[in-house]
Parts: sequence; C-alpha cells; structure tokens
Amino acid sequence: MALIKDRKRAIDTWQLLDALAVGEDGSLPPLPAGDLIVPASAWMRVRAQFIAREGRIGIWLSGAEEPRDIAGDLEHFGVIAVNFPSFTDGRGYSIGRLLRERFGWTGELRAIGDIQRDQLFYLARCGFNAFALREGEDVDVALTAFADFSDGYQGSVEQPLPLFRRRELSTHR
Amino acid sequence: MYIYDHIDQKLIEERVAQFRDQTGRFLAGTLSEDNFRPLRLQNGLYIQRHAPMLRIAIPYGMLATYQLRKLAHITRTYDRGTGHFSTRQNLQLNWPRLEDVPDILAELATVQMHAIQTSGNCVRNITSDHAAGIAPDEIVNPLVWCEVVRQWASFNPEFAYLPRKFKIAVSGSAADRAAVQVHDVGLHAVLSDRGEIGFRVLAGGGLGRTPILGATIREFLPWQHLLTYLEAILRVYNLYGRRDNKWKARIKILVKDLTPAAFRDAVEAEWQHAKDGPSTLTEREVARIAGRFTRPAYEKLEPLSSSYVLATGRDKRFAAWARRNVLPHKVPGYAAVTLSLKKTGVPPGDATADQMDAVADLADRFSFGELRVTHEQNLLLPDVRQSDLHTVWQEAEALGLATPNIGLITNIIACPGGDYCSLANAKSIPVAEAIQRRFDDLDFVYDIGELDLNISGCMNSCGHHHIGHIGILGVDKQGAEFYQISIGGAQGNDASLGKVLGPSVSQEEVPDVIEKLIEVYLERRDSEAERFIDVVRRIGIEPFKEYVYGAHQGSKARNRHLATA
Repeated sequence: MALIKDRKRAIDTWQLLDALAVGEDGSLPPLPAGDLIVPASAWMRVRAQFIAREGRIGIWLSGAEEPRDIAGDLEHFGVIAVNFPSFTDGRGYSIGRLLRERFGWTGELRAIGDIQRDQLFYLARCGFNAFALREGEDVDVALTAFADFSDGYQGSVEQPLPLFRRRELSTHR
Repeated sequence: MYIYDHIDQKLIEERVAQFRDQTGRFLAGTLSEDNFRPLRLQNGLYIQRHAPMLRIAIPYGMLATYQLRKLAHITRTYDRGTGHFSTRQNLQLNWPRLEDVPDILAELATVQMHAIQTSGNCVRNITSDHAAGIAPDEIVNPLVWCEVVRQWASFNPEFAYLPRKFKIAVSGSAADRAAVQVHDVGLHAVLSDRGEIGFRVLAGGGLGRTPILGATIREFLPWQHLLTYLEAILRVYNLYGRRDNKWKARIKILVKDLTPAAFRDAVEAEWQHAKDGPSTLTEREVARIAGRFTRPAYEKLEPLSSSYVLATGRDKRFAAWARRNVLPHKVPGYAAVTLSLKKTGVPPGDATADQMDAVADLADRFSFGELRVTHEQNLLLPDVRQSDLHTVWQEAEALGLATPNIGLITNIIACPGGDYCSLANAKSIPVAEAIQRRFDDLDFVYDIGELDLNISGCMNSCGHHHIGHIGILGVDKQGAEFYQISIGGAQGNDASLGKVLGPSVSQEEVPDVIEKLIEVYLERRDSEAERFIDVVRRIGIEPFKEYVYGAHQGSKARNRHLATA
C-alpha cells in the first residue's frame, strides 16, 4: 500500500491491525514487534498493556468513534488514523478537523481505507497530512491533487482564516 | 448581479480543470465508474434515461442576459435546443455528451457560471424568493445572504460527502416565498426588538418519501453568526446522520429521531466552539458582497404610470395578463413581470434556445439586463417600468411566454418525469398537458382562482407535490404508471402537507379527478374570495374523496358546464 506523507511519497514504518480480539479478561493475542496502529476500541479497553509494550503505538478510529473519547490520551500516540469505509463516507472530514482544531493533535493524522486521489485536497484542508492510498492508486497522479485549487473560501485546518478575513487583512495594509 | 472577483473566477476555472482531468481519467479507464459517480454528481452530471443530464447552477435564480445568452448557446450547441428550468431555480439539459461536459463547464466559467454541487450529497444551490431584492415587504435583501452562504458552501472541504443532499433556502421578507419550511435548513430573516438583523433558523424540513415541515431550532440568530451556526448544524448532521439507509439519510430523519429539541441542543453545544471564531461574519464582508452586486439605475418615476392604467382599461386581455403575471415592486413606477413557461402543450419549465435569446433581448431592453428563474419554473423580468408593460406583454405574447396563468391551475409545477428521468415511476409531462387541455378555457380558470397544482414523477418530489393545493405523484403499480392525488398542501408562511385522497388512478383518469375536485370546490366555496385551499382546510378532504370515489351521482356540481369537458 502506497503512503503519501507531507505531500511526498513515504515509506510506511507502521503496521496496522485491522482487528484485535481483546479477551473478556483484557488479555491480548500475541502482537507483532515494531510500531503498531491498533483499533481505538482496543486501546480504550487495555491501554496500560499498549503503553507497557516495546515500540510506538498509534490508533485508528472508525467513522463512528468519537475523537473526544481518546482526547486525553494523545501523548501516547505516534499516529492517529481515521478510517474511510468508502469514498462517499464523509464523517472522517469532521473527525479530522475535531482532532486538530478542538483536541490539539499535532502529530501525523492519516487517512486510511478507501482513499484515492480525488479526496486528498479536501482531506488536507481538514487536517490530514498522511494518506494510505488504496490498492491501485498511482502515487504520482495522487500527488498532483494538492494543487487542484489555489484557495478556498472557508477557514480550514491548513488556513484557519476564511478568505474574507484574509481579504480584509490585505486591504487594510 | 453578483460580479466575481479574481479569486471567485480562479476557483471556478480550477474546478473546470479538475473535472476535465477527472473525466479524462474516467474515459481512459483509470477512474472507475463507481469512483467517478460522486465526482460527476458534484458537477451536476447525472446519467439519465437517454443520455447524461447536466444541471447548471443558477445561484438563487439570478441571471444576467449575457449568461442567459450563453445558456442559449450551450443549449443549441451541446443539446437539442431546449433547456428545462427546475423547481430549484437551476437549468437542466437532457442531451449533452459526457465528453463535452468539461467544455460546457469551461464556457459557463467565462460568464461566471458553473454546475458546482448541483447534485450529490453536498450543500446544493442556495434558493430564494423570486422577488428577492425587489419585493415591497422585504426586511433584508436575501440575495446578499444567499451569496454569503454560497461562498461558504462552495468547495467546503468538510461537507462534500454528507449522508445525503442538503438544501438551504433564504427568505428575506415577512411573507415566505422561498419555501423555507420544506428545506433541510431554512433561513428566514427577522428583525429583533432593537432592529438588528438576524435569522429564524429552521431545520429538518423536506419533501420526498418522508415529507415534514422544518422545526424552528433558533428564533433569532444574529447575522454575524450565520456561518458558524450553519457549520455546527452541518457538522452534527455529517457525524450523526444515518448512512446505512439512503431513505433515512436526510437531516429531517436525524432531527425527528433525536427530537428537534435534542437536535437543537447538539447544534448549540457544537456551536459554542466556533462561535465568535474567525468565521464570524463582519460588517465589512457583508458590505463587500453587497457591493459586488450591480444595482439597476432606476429612474425617478410616478408611483403609478398613467399609460399603464389606461392600457389596462382599454385592453382586457392585457389587463388579465397584468393581473396574473405582474408583481409589485419596491421602487415607485416599476413592476416585475413573470414570463410564463406554462403554455399548454409545452413541458412546464421548458424553454428553447431561441426563446432564451429573445428573453435576453427583452431583459436588455426593459429590465436592466437582468432576470430571475422562479421556483415555480417561470422566468421573471424584475425591473420593468410600468409604462413599458404593454409593450413587454405584446412581445412576450409573440414569443409564447405571456400565458396569463400565474397562480392558477394551469401554472403547473412539474418535474421532467419518466420521459427523461431515470428515477421516475411515471411520466409528468403528458399529465400536465392533459390537465392544461382540460382547463384551457381561461374564463373558467379565472373563476377557479388561485390554485397551485404540482406533479412529481416519483417520491423524490422534485415537483413539490406535497405542497401543491393539488398534488399529483407518479407511482408504480405492478409495472404500470399510476397517480396518487393529494389535496391541502400549501407553500408559504402557512405551509402544510397535502393529504392523500385515496387509491391511485390511471393517467387517463387524472383530468377527470381534477375536474371533480374543482366541481366540489366551486359547489362548496362561500364566495369567490375563498380559495380552493381554504375550502379544503375548512371542510376537510372527505367531501372531495366521496365525490371522486363515491357512487355519488346527480350532484348540482355535476351539472356545471365545463367548456372542454
């Protein structure tokens, strides 16, 4: 799977666990070594075990999970990923903005799932800086997406001032 | 007319380039049909029964003549010479070629037009009162606020993939002519006790499969907070609206399931974070947008033109037209003229390229080069001198655009229906025509008085049948096209949803049923001043139902002579 990070092709050093069966007693199956992205639901149940483990930890949120539920744990994460089950499922755009603007996440914010070239511009404006492209996407073509538009009307994570505020500033001078 | 600045212009040109690239990748096979679909929809392109359908945005229904001429040119060059003006104040073309759409969008961009977000699960074209900016009862000019919202909604990165489509309407007058109660969000301008401008905010209204009137979630939102409040509404909807079932995905279902009070609480809580933030509107920005609207250079005229008054006395046909098709204007000596696209035999809302060019000429000569598209699918010349009305009428008549039927039964609102639309269960156009033919005696139509008749070819309700005084809905009955009739719907401040009269009927039976409804009305009204809708509200639907379906014979109403029956 190809990864774009900070508008460049990147090597993915994280291993993402789609599912993780936590036992009723809170026991975990054997985990692979290295840096892991685990489901947020598993993190919330057995966070102490993940913290005690060697290697860095990241989490991924489904579209239905609330960013506020992990907002107190941000210091533990090396990456936060948000899953887009389909191209047309837009919940993650709001989740991205909440993580950045309300909960102050400044680390890697990665879009995973059905991620293609034509979502990248809006995703970036909503705060995503990493994109795990779905199978078959051409990275070089995808990299052109960030130049689709030269500006936007609304305030965004990338540009907190809406266009009208910036217009006012530039004509004040 | 709102005039783009260089950034507005650049953004729509970049949109054209983006869509050209996407279309190219689709045609080359590197972008799948599934992935191209949401992208083309957000550029107004459907794949329809015969060919693609392109829906061109006419923001809040406002058009300049140079834009209408461009639409005529596009209709002639890329289509088959006829365009359809829709109930959402847009223009639909039914025969463009997919390969040509990037070129069409490029042509539109040269006159500051586009097809952005006219379809798809995003914030759609912002609609308003057809008399916006000229209505005597206006509190604020809604056009300015529509443009403020349009810019916020255009390319909004957070809300491009909502659970379902999202429609916003703005009304600037005490009397609602923008149907704010049947939109996902309705904004109704109000003044506070201290004379400050704000909006009553309604949410969760809509037609379709689950028709419902919107709930007021805020009585008074000061204008400065318009965008942050909209953002809060949209965010709550984007995160919590249902995505598992297309038929339950509109915001109205979320509002209903949570209850309007709980929905409002969620919005208010979300809003606290954005309130007073950088997206809070400034006087300067509103003034900037207002200043980019060109305004007609009105002359100082007498409030009532004597030549106009004399002409109405001299010419009865002109007087009849003026009574139906001329609207009052806030500037003394001026009036607005509705050009009816509801001539019998012409699909409601359709105009040929030649008519578009001719209307552009009329608007240049008589209405400062501007016109409007109404949500009742007509065209409007907004700024005509009263002394020019007689000439405008004569010329409109020569163009087939002077049918004096605005507000009457033959001013039928109808979607394109099964003749074009792949969603439709049944045809709309032949039904509209059959009703128009049944009621083509104008004296009789005047006697019936004000009556809104709306036809939708399916539950998606593009013809707004729920809010027609008489509503007709196309349904599929074991593969055959049938029509369900409802009565008692209304738009405006006292909006209501129609009630179904009874079992659906065949296409041939529709005009008979409508005629029977009219017979009951004429029989039961207490005076000519009591409209059809008033009678339905007073006596309920039972007497109508009984007369249509009952074995009921020999009523006095039956003997009433219908010119064409």
